[in-house]
Amino acid sequence: MPQHTFVLNGTPVTVDVEDDVRLLWVLRDVLGVTGPKYGCGLGVCQACTSHVNGKAVNPCCVPVSDLQPTDQVTTIEGLPAIVGKPLHPMQEAWLEFDVAQCGYCQPGQIMAAVAKVLQARAAGHEIGDADFDEIRNICRCGTYHRIREAITSAAKNF
Amino acid sequence: MADRGPGVGRRTFLGYVVAASTLTVAAQLGETLGVPTTAAAAIPSLPEPSEVYDLNDMLTDAALPTANLITIQINTDGTASLALPRAEVGQGVTTSSAMLIAEELDLPLSMVRVTLADARPELLFNQLTGASNTTISTYTPIRVAAAVARGRLLQAAATALGEAVPSLTVAAGVITASTGASMTYAQLAVAAASLTTLQVSVTLKDPTRFTMIGTPQGRIDALDAVTGRKQFAMDLSVPGALPTMVCRPPTVNGTVRSVQNLAAVQAMPGITDVAVVSTGVAVRGSTFGQCIDAVRALQVGWGPGTEDNSSDATVLQELAAAELPLVVPPLPLLTQAVDARFTFHFASNSALEPNCAIADVRSDSAEIWAAVKSPIVAQGQIAAELGLPVPAVTVHVVQGGGSFGRKLFFDAAREAAEVSRAMGKPVKLMWHRTDDFRQGRTHPMSTSRVRATYGLGQVISYEQRHTSVATDFSHGLGEIITAMVAKLPVGDIGFSETIFELTQQTPYNFGVTTQLLSEVDKGFNTGSMRNIYSPNVRCAQELVVDQLAAGMGQDPYQFRRQFLKDPRARAVLDQVAQVGAWGRTMAPGTAQGIALHPEYHGFVAVLVEIDCTAATTGRQIPNGYAGPRVTKVVCAVDVGLAVNPRGLEAQMMGGIMDGIAITLSSSLHLQNGTFLEGSWDEYFYTRQWNTPPDLEIIVMPPTTGNPGGAGELAVAGAMAGVACAYARATGTMPTGFPINHDAPLGFTPLPTVPSIPASPTDGLSRAY
Repeated sequence: MPQHTFVLNGTPVTVDVEDDVRLLWVLRDVLGVTGPKYGCGLGVCQACTSHVNGKAVNPCCVPVSDLQPTDQVTTIEGLPAIVGKPLHPMQEAWLEFDVAQCGYCQPGQIMAAVAKVLQARAAGHEIGDADFDEIRNICRCGTYHRIREAITSAAKNF
Repeated sequence: MADRGPGVGRRTFLGYVVAASTLTVAAQLGETLGVPTTAAAAIPSLPEPSEVYDLNDMLTDAALPTANLITIQINTDGTASLALPRAEVGQGVTTSSAMLIAEELDLPLSMVRVTLADARPELLFNQLTGASNTTISTYTPIRVAAAVARGRLLQAAATALGEAVPSLTVAAGVITASTGASMTYAQLAVAAASLTTLQVSVTLKDPTRFTMIGTPQGRIDALDAVTGRKQFAMDLSVPGALPTMVCRPPTVNGTVRSVQNLAAVQAMPGITDVAVVSTGVAVRGSTFGQCIDAVRALQVGWGPGTEDNSSDATVLQELAAAELPLVVPPLPLLTQAVDARFTFHFASNSALEPNCAIADVRSDSAEIWAAVKSPIVAQGQIAAELGLPVPAVTVHVVQGGGSFGRKLFFDAAREAAEVSRAMGKPVKLMWHRTDDFRQGRTHPMSTSRVRATYGLGQVISYEQRHTSVATDFSHGLGEIITAMVAKLPVGDIGFSETIFELTQQTPYNFGVTTQLLSEVDKGFNTGSMRNIYSPNVRCAQELVVDQLAAGMGQDPYQFRRQFLKDPRARAVLDQVAQVGAWGRTMAPGTAQGIALHPEYHGFVAVLVEIDCTAATTGRQIPNGYAGPRVTKVVCAVDVGLAVNPRGLEAQMMGGIMDGIAITLSSSLHLQNGTFLEGSWDEYFYTRQWNTPPDLEIIVMPPTTGNPGGAGELAVAGAMAGVACAYARATGTMPTGFPINHDAPLGFTPLPTVPSIPASPTDGLSRAY
């Protein structure tokens, strides 16, 4: 069986699995990393959102063979480490605004939020309503308003 | 529910100290029946059944004989723990239950642990999570148990510290004597235990001394949620339980006739088992990704389902034929009428976590892990289907990723048990999203016919005939009704009609008022969706209220004020009108709407501002639906007593997002026995671009002193408010919901064979 190597939350990992198995299942079913959730497997609900080399990606749409050995995959479990703290400022804001309800979509929401703030900043502006309207992550509990509040607050802290 | 009012006698209850090695306590009593409030103005309407005795009262009464089995343990680390016989699916009952314990025990919230109890058949009816009933039915028993514990800890401390109880003080889990000497609950947990079970009398804390109940608290599982540590069923690691999926039929409830390539699929990479089961063809493999590939590769000959000849239009014809007649006779000379008929299309209660369950079925036992709100019914039915005695089946209730009615049923748990038995191996079974929409349960299509008559400044009659595809209540509510029906004031009617009678009410004095339900067609997989019938019934009624106001030359807000029966309803309405600046000048194509909803001993008022201008509805959203934008919502809610106002705010916000969706954008289209929607870019639930940028929730101060239901009532209030605003913005009362249902489909439907789509492969190119 083919071998695939990439860097997961700062540590190199190698897995034996067919080329076309999507990264989400490599993370969840092979490596036991369950923070990224399945919500559709179509790149639509974005519940599995994680980062590849610092950018938001839906692992359900990435064949594991697309990854290079140097590619940095960061899931919600590895998010605090990128700022060297127990929690990322986005997670702190999530607690402050008590955003989560059932919590199923929230790891993906937080990973998307971090990327969205950085994306807006790279485009030369702070995140605002127009950027929020572009976030596609589904929250079936309807926490959208608190997500906006939390991102606005967190964006001041990283 | 009636106000219990102050007074020691009303706060004294019996509880138990249970024989155990560390202090363990249990509580006994539930709530009593309420009395109706008296109608006050206009032409009084007789109280409807749901005003006197509603669905929640029935569930609470049904819970009475066994509510005493709610048990709290004080652990040797000083924490208190409760295995709550309810499901947590995001509604916040673990947090609010922990708050009740923290309050009565004078213990920090962080020292209270709440887990979910396995199915406990001895609880009979008292392990159903539904109808916003958890806090109503457990508010007193949990507090009684905690108060018993506090009393025992004080007695143990008195002995150890050599002082009488009255001179001891308690704070944050530490008992301190007048000398300054102190002991922690951790130190007292064993000494306070009892070798025998004792019945004791306790007095609950006076509400004026509350320091926890009624204060805003964050969820006790928030840290786990934001770190990815919160575990849902599919995150559990059960030995040997490999990913499993089912290849499902192209039409609702279709059947397997043959499988052409079973052996070839079984030989695919990663696949371990393929088995034909009652719902399709199950595959088990190393990863869900390989299961998806295997499901897509299966060549299955399918037999017909239960609704192959049904489409939206044919169901609508069935509903029209089944509508009950109106009874108010031809109108006298000075009377006018509002006559309207509304259609509410099929909707999906699909949660973000799809149907899923782990099952390990052996020859003599079975173990199930799933988020189920009716675990006792699940345990019983699975035992029956496996031919096992009930005690041989263990059902672990796992925290759920949303429910919205979906998890009242245990479709995945039942199916996982069947697949595990067929394969002889443990399975981790998950539905594909596309199946969850197409073969999962739906909120049934319905119509509402309304006729109201008015004259001489009064509404003389109000008649509503709701006609619906049958709602499945077989998750256990039915059993409760069977048990309780003799004492209901609604006479000898069927289950669904009883639920309807117990939930639907007209909060206005509209003279002779009748609201009736009739049902047709049991061929669909249906179930309650958050707020059951209320969003549709209420939406129809509030739109007609606006028509009545217009016909009588009155402002919608003032008209409602004048005809409302209950001062609590008037208070929430006044609140949103004031905070939301009702009547302010709005630009063309935009408008305000206002609506009210009473249910489960609570009242909600919703003021909505909507933008229906072409610039807004014409927004280009890739693979999404723009539509009108709700730009502002002000919502005021009175649930009698908000145990956790922060949790209540969250429930209101979520209910508003649901209300926006079912009014403006989200529905299922039925075509020849197939629901066309297959993803979240096709079923248009509210997304960020539909979210009101301006949202304010006002939690009213305690009124009755007893908690009412919180999880659902905002849906109906918001649906009605959005619909009324839309009508005022466009100048046309909408009569079909959601308003975009009859527009050309906003997507190209996925094929039905293969039953599920392949996962894309271009993820990296869409990175941002």
